[in-house]
Amino acid sequence: MRSLHFIFIEVLQVMIVLALAPIFSGWVDMLKCWSQGRTSAGVLQPYRNIAKLFIKDVVLAENASWIFRFTPYFVFGTAVVVGCVIPIISMNLFLAPSADIIVIVALFATARFFMALAGMDIGTAFGGMGASREMMIASLTEPAILMAIFTVSLESKSTSLYHIVQTFYLGGMVLRPSIVFAAIAFILVVIAEAGRVPVDNPATHLELTMVHEAMILEYSGRHLALIQWGSMIRFFLFSALGIACFLPWGIAAADTVGEISVSLFFIVIKFAVIGVVVVLIETGLAKMRLFRLTEFLGAAFLMATLGMICFFILE
Amino acid sequence: MSLQLLAQINSFLAALVLLSAFAMLAQRKIKSLVTLFAWQGFFLSVNTAVVGFVAAKHHLYISSVLTLSIKVILLPYILYVLAVRLKIRKEVETIVNIPTTMLIGIALVIFSYHLTAPVRELSTLVTRSTLAVALATVMIGLLMMITRKHAVTQIIGFLAMENGLFFAATSATYGMPLVVELGVALDVLIAAFIFGIFFFQINTTFDSLSVEQMESLREDN
Repeated sequence: MRSLHFIFIEVLQVMIVLALAPIFSGWVDMLKCWSQGRTSAGVLQPYRNIAKLFIKDVVLAENASWIFRFTPYFVFGTAVVVGCVIPIISMNLFLAPSADIIVIVALFATARFFMALAGMDIGTAFGGMGASREMMIASLTEPAILMAIFTVSLESKSTSLYHIVQTFYLGGMVLRPSIVFAAIAFILVVIAEAGRVPVDNPATHLELTMVHEAMILEYSGRHLALIQWGSMIRFFLFSALGIACFLPWGIAAADTVGEISVSLFFIVIKFAVIGVVVVLIETGLAKMRLFRLTEFLGAAFLMATLGMICFFILE
Repeated sequence: MSLQLLAQINSFLAALVLLSAFAMLAQRKIKSLVTLFAWQGFFLSVNTAVVGFVAAKHHLYISSVLTLSIKVILLPYILYVLAVRLKIRKEVETIVNIPTTMLIGIALVIFSYHLTAPVRELSTLVTRSTLAVALATVMIGLLMMITRKHAVTQIIGFLAMENGLFFAATSATYGMPLVVELGVALDVLIAAFIFGIFFFQINTTFDSLSVEQMESLREDN
């Protein structure tokens, strides 16, 4: 009976991830439209896009290998697996002990690796260019994100997300410079990982600027739908990871109906606020040149390292 | 307020001083550099006041106000006016590129942490852990002077070094005697005036503030 209960929570969380990720994306798009004085398509537009793509036929290039067909399912699958593990609505998740925070980063990295392979698989110029740019960004974000995560896990003395959430949740408000630096580094990295504006523009199809879009240019139909949905979930999950590490207040400690509903309320509030912050960043900054990215992500790495040094020096 | 909270605020401000030192290391525009220098002075002044409260040393309030008036208002104002008068917007060349400079900066922080570790063992003050940050700020100021070619940036690096020394004094011994502090503050102020005059001289002689040109100076035979 008890395990059934855990499974129910787990399924509920996956449903929330699948359902809320497009709404979150739509919310960001809607706010962006408003901030630019345009009429928005509404919060539910990503759903309509995905539904439309699922109806359409798949057009495959003649020389597409199995990697090209396998990648959308893999990208979507890893995103869902990570969605099972991060504590979003409850701390005691059924599957949470199966993966710690490093595994989560590695899962995202593997999905990215397959995306790059698929980009090169067809052999068009754009795919290869997108893949090479994406790998360049990945090679710079990975050390920064791991450094930020190590800082957090030094504070809580564990890499398990459950322990991290618990330490910060029950530890109360303490002014920790290392955590603040790690949080800033994490925000910079998430902007790069999610392909948001200063690093990549998800709304463009301009060959000079596109990174992620260039890799998936050859996809169509349900494959494209899965990849787009997967990248929405990815953005959602990185935000959820940030919430779990840096703003864990409101995540249910016990699996009662009351606590879960409170945590659902908090999720909606937190993601609404994150959407506003993302839009403020995106409207305030212009798309960066590709070669300026080393400085941007170098700053993220610097912040994460400073956080770690601050832990040793000041705490 | 509890002593622990004050110690936390103290170390948080120390972290901010370190962060502003790194931000200055990364900055290319002179005006933003001056603003960052003012912020560093501000964090320093607040930190001095906090230390003064913790240690119940009232002369630290005076040095806090002194820091606020000289390093946050007066010196940045002078530098800003200089930048406007000399029409400097952006410093173009650095000797080492900026990401590498940042990495060297990180190495310097770790080095100063190891260097001050024995002092940290001996000291019993609340502020002892910020000594490493103070030393790192001095070294980053020095690094800024070494890696930049522009005279104004080098002066800002020098002033940042002075900030670090001041911070070291507050964190190691709860501040220097007031007479010494007044003397140093006056010295820095006068140095800034003299630098201003020098800048105009360098600028009129070479039509540029890059110190590289001075390397070609030689005696006429």
